[in-house]
Amino acid sequence: MSVVPSTQAAAPAGRARDNFSHWLLAQRGLLLAVAIFAVMFLVYGWKLNVGLTANIINTAANKGALLALVAMAQTLPVITGGLDLSVGMIFVLTNCLASVVVVGGPVSAFFGILLVLGVGLLCGFINGVIVVYGRLQPIIVTLATGAVYFGCSLAIRPQPGGSVNFEFADLMTRSWAGVPSTVILLIAVVLLIWMPYRRSVLGRGAYAIGSSEQAAYMSGVPVARARLLAYTLAGLFAAIAGILLTCITYSGAAKASLANDYTLNSIGAVVIGGTSLFGGVGSAVGSIFGAFVMRTVGDLLIVFDINPVLQPLFVGIVLLFAVSIGSLRILRVKNKLDLYR
Amino acid sequence: MTGMTKSIKPLDKATTIAFGCIILLLGVGAIAEPNFLSATYLVQQLQVASFLGVIATGMMMVILLGHIDLSIPWTISIGGMMATGASGILGPELGVPLAVPFGIACGMTVGLINGIGVAYLRAPAMIFTLGMNAVAQGVMVYHTGGFAPQDSGTPFMRELAVGHLVPGVPNPLLIWILLGAATVFVLTRTTLGRQIYAIGNTERAVFLSGVNTRRVLVICFVFSGACAAAGGILLSGWANRSYQAMGDVYLLPTVAAIVLGGTNVLGGRGRYMGTVAGVILITLLQSILSVLQPQVYFAEFGIKLPADVFRNIVFGVVIIGMLLLYARGAKVQS
Amino acid sequence: MAGETTPLLRMEGITKHYGGVRALENVRFECDRGRIHALLGENGAGKSTLIKVLSGVVQPNAGRILLDGRPQVFARPAAANEAGIACIFQELSLLPDLTVADNICITNPPMRFGQIDYRAQRKRAEAALAVVGGEDIHPNATVRDLPLSRRQMVEIAKAMAREPKLLILDEATSALTAADVAKVFAMLKRLREEGMAVVYISHRMHEIAELADDCTVFRNGQHVETFTAGSKTDNAMVEMMIGREYQNAFPPLTRAKPDSEPVLKVENLSWQRELNNINLELRPGEVVGLGGLDGQGQRQLLLALFGTLIGTTGTIRIAGEAVDITSPQHAKSDTVGMALIPEDRKHEGLMLPMTVRENLTFAAVDRMSKWGLVDRSAEEAAITEMVELLKIRSDGIDGPVAALSGGNQQKIVIGKWLMNKPRIILLNDPTRGIDVGTKQEIYQLLRRLAESGAAILFYSTDYDELIGCCDRVLVLYDGTVIETLAGDRLTERNLIAAALNITNTRDLPETVQ
Repeated sequence: MSVVPSTQAAAPAGRARDNFSHWLLAQRGLLLAVAIFAVMFLVYGWKLNVGLTANIINTAANKGALLALVAMAQTLPVITGGLDLSVGMIFVLTNCLASVVVVGGPVSAFFGILLVLGVGLLCGFINGVIVVYGRLQPIIVTLATGAVYFGCSLAIRPQPGGSVNFEFADLMTRSWAGVPSTVILLIAVVLLIWMPYRRSVLGRGAYAIGSSEQAAYMSGVPVARARLLAYTLAGLFAAIAGILLTCITYSGAAKASLANDYTLNSIGAVVIGGTSLFGGVGSAVGSIFGAFVMRTVGDLLIVFDINPVLQPLFVGIVLLFAVSIGSLRILRVKNKLDLYR
Repeated sequence: MTGMTKSIKPLDKATTIAFGCIILLLGVGAIAEPNFLSATYLVQQLQVASFLGVIATGMMMVILLGHIDLSIPWTISIGGMMATGASGILGPELGVPLAVPFGIACGMTVGLINGIGVAYLRAPAMIFTLGMNAVAQGVMVYHTGGFAPQDSGTPFMRELAVGHLVPGVPNPLLIWILLGAATVFVLTRTTLGRQIYAIGNTERAVFLSGVNTRRVLVICFVFSGACAAAGGILLSGWANRSYQAMGDVYLLPTVAAIVLGGTNVLGGRGRYMGTVAGVILITLLQSILSVLQPQVYFAEFGIKLPADVFRNIVFGVVIIGMLLLYARGAKVQS
Repeated sequence: MAGETTPLLRMEGITKHYGGVRALENVRFECDRGRIHALLGENGAGKSTLIKVLSGVVQPNAGRILLDGRPQVFARPAAANEAGIACIFQELSLLPDLTVADNICITNPPMRFGQIDYRAQRKRAEAALAVVGGEDIHPNATVRDLPLSRRQMVEIAKAMAREPKLLILDEATSALTAADVAKVFAMLKRLREEGMAVVYISHRMHEIAELADDCTVFRNGQHVETFTAGSKTDNAMVEMMIGREYQNAFPPLTRAKPDSEPVLKVENLSWQRELNNINLELRPGEVVGLGGLDGQGQRQLLLALFGTLIGTTGTIRIAGEAVDITSPQHAKSDTVGMALIPEDRKHEGLMLPMTVRENLTFAAVDRMSKWGLVDRSAEEAAITEMVELLKIRSDGIDGPVAALSGGNQQKIVIGKWLMNKPRIILLNDPTRGIDVGTKQEIYQLLRRLAESGAAILFYSTDYDELIGCCDRVLVLYDGTVIETLAGDRLTERNLIAAALNITNTRDLPETVQ
């Protein structure tokens, strides 16, 4: 708070340290999620009698990757200060669709994949258009479009079933020298979609909107396009998850409970991953670790011999725990006014 | 930013449109099925609506504060299951007479924890109540050991749900009317009501005005839990049984009813009459689909679709369509 | 520049209506290269609307904008930016969660392969900060973590980074420290030499006297007069602005009896590192000012008294009795009888969409209700009384406060607390961004309240105000009271010297003398 601008004379080393501390401060949410996941996974591996075999890691990665992708989808609208309650429904819809179109030979399967991704983008785009141009609350819009998407998935798959191109499914679910395909997929999605997005004008625009929409508009940020893109990309991420689910289960099923489960867990994963529900802060990478934390809870129950029907209880406790960690800041608050923003 | 300035009128735009749609639906229903407009059928619709109405009343208070209660589904289940299972927990002598208060008290406990989390820990309501929903589910599953619980209600619960204390008015409807009247009174005439709206608008200013905002938050969350549990008790009295996921289908209709009634999801604005209109609208929409049976029509063309396809799609489209209609008015204003 | 006959900016026949309310009526305005043009007028005179039209935030109903003689249409703020207009708004337009560098380069960041080039962006941000004299701000810091005065410097740097042809400052220096103001003024003068056109809005006459080449006065949405700076006296300008005789800016002081018992006595109050051993006494009938540069602990002192700070040490005595005030609820109770008029009326004082009625009685509604039930007639009576006392102008008490002008909104914030009949009134910069007429009314009101026995503690960033209104002024520096000024020693020069913590007044920067 010094008024005297003599600090500019500070040595370059001081600046470098400043840079690092600013970086650390900005990434603290992500780092916490990574730490929690590491501890949980190590405990899991330690309690597991056979140790962490490639097979076990592969299964864990597959389960985690599904939620991780849905959570990444959720991250984008949340960064803009919104929420997407339809991600789970898009996930289920694309799962059902993939079980119909990603079949046959490599060429037909390839075009099937493109179609499914296109439908995911379309669903997200519809959400975005209604939110942006209808000026409605994202929670309500996506609650409603989610119902529509679920209706569509029921129409595609009234009964569970279908199939998927076997080679493709195998490719997506095997592991390479101990590294599961799904982990490679996640890394690819981060490097090819998330990172370029994060560093683009519209990606930063999403953060700007979440931080202060009015200020973003005043500053000439393309608010409408940035928000539209965030919701559209959310649809794409959810569709990738939907295809992956089809590869894992070799079928499609329009189950409302599955969709709701993924939507709700995705919000949890996003929060554990250090993204603020108020918008403006966070990253999809954090959400990946948040998702793995959520999934490891279930695995831990098994190794600790706890009845698996209690999983919701523990997932709930993890969620409450995660928000309570956030609440620790109120212990540091010395001005009660800071609690009300 | 949109429609910030709305002055007080007896009925606001959203409520008027919602009531207009209700009349439209009744008209459509009457064309498809002449019995639709009979008094018995309408009273029966209102009786069904009152379950949703009771649940939505509590949720509305929370939404007015600018928060949301996503623990509604399992709070409903807790209310129903704890009331039906009261004699197993408290013993038959206490359990039978205290079944209803016990069920409501359990729902209030969930609400209390939500309230403490949101008011004292300053946790985002969205995520905290979501967590509580999962915890409530876990606790119920643990309580029943994964098996079906003792699930039949007491005679009193049955009477509450299907009886007629006032001739011609089913008891749930009576309960909804009384609860609604009390809510309107609190919202418009008391200091608590003003504080609820004010917190939904600018919580900082409310705190600096020397109001105990935490108290208001806790009261509303407890009320929401009580209403959800009461809804669960009525539902299990009506169906004469309670079951685990009985509340799951109520989250979307509850939020939809409140929002269709013109309540701002971000808090601070909304009338109870709007919620009443929204609840009736949602109920009629569901019933009209079962009357019209669009799946039969499609089956004639050889397209076999489950009825749920139409229910979901119509629900979603109606909600968005109506909200767009409301928003249009707001845009002209700003 | 030479030989140029068309001015850089010309606005003709600009008309803007909001619903039925006329904000601008057939207004013309010109600003040329190498000139600083001051816009003067009361709040609601149409200055802000003109700026909004010019920066593309709102579209006029009629009229046209010519830039370099070519007509322009600004449908969005981005369009105005591209045309070379940069605006520093009264309400900060920064993105709190983004870094300083992100904010400065938000509009058109340096790009590399379709991606934002963070390294180049940082360099550009550092350069822009250096131009405005904010070298102490780290470009990677998050804006939320910066104090208000630093944020305002970032805001100015952000406008400069766009290399505008026309720069608009709308009350842009209101939160700055005196040292920063000096730097910004130096910058503006340099830019004027370099040929930039500057539109400058401020309520501080001495700033305008120092900077402006031309002045334009607006009143009631209409252009009143444009004249060369210095050709009119302050009094004449103020007269043009308010349309009535400007006299006797401050009501005469009535000294409190020094021997009366202090109603508030603070002993060794400390909090964190922001308040250090503060001592003060406040007697009934006294107006005590808090001076000093912005952010020296004045706000914290008021909040500490009002019970929102945790972990304060020291003693607060109310009418002689030690009280540990734990919350605003406690502070407003009858045993303490305190009121705080907060600085940010939109977020801390009012519920904007709610009615005048609900806002005005909100803090005192318990007094008008029984068993939690509001007594409508008692409420009505109290409101009528307050509306008359404060001369609140509204379309009726059941309309939303959002529709009122800034001055009337501020009156409601004050009235809301007077309902409680407090004996200690704390004011946090109550006249910031308020028009001259309402300021006058607030000064009169403070005096009347003091005469009726209230004790007033008054923080202001405006030195004239402190001198005119207060019996004594405590100057804070770094959380400590370093000087108490009263009587003949209460002069602008002494206030500034104390605020900068310099005893030798020759060290004062020229610009603030």
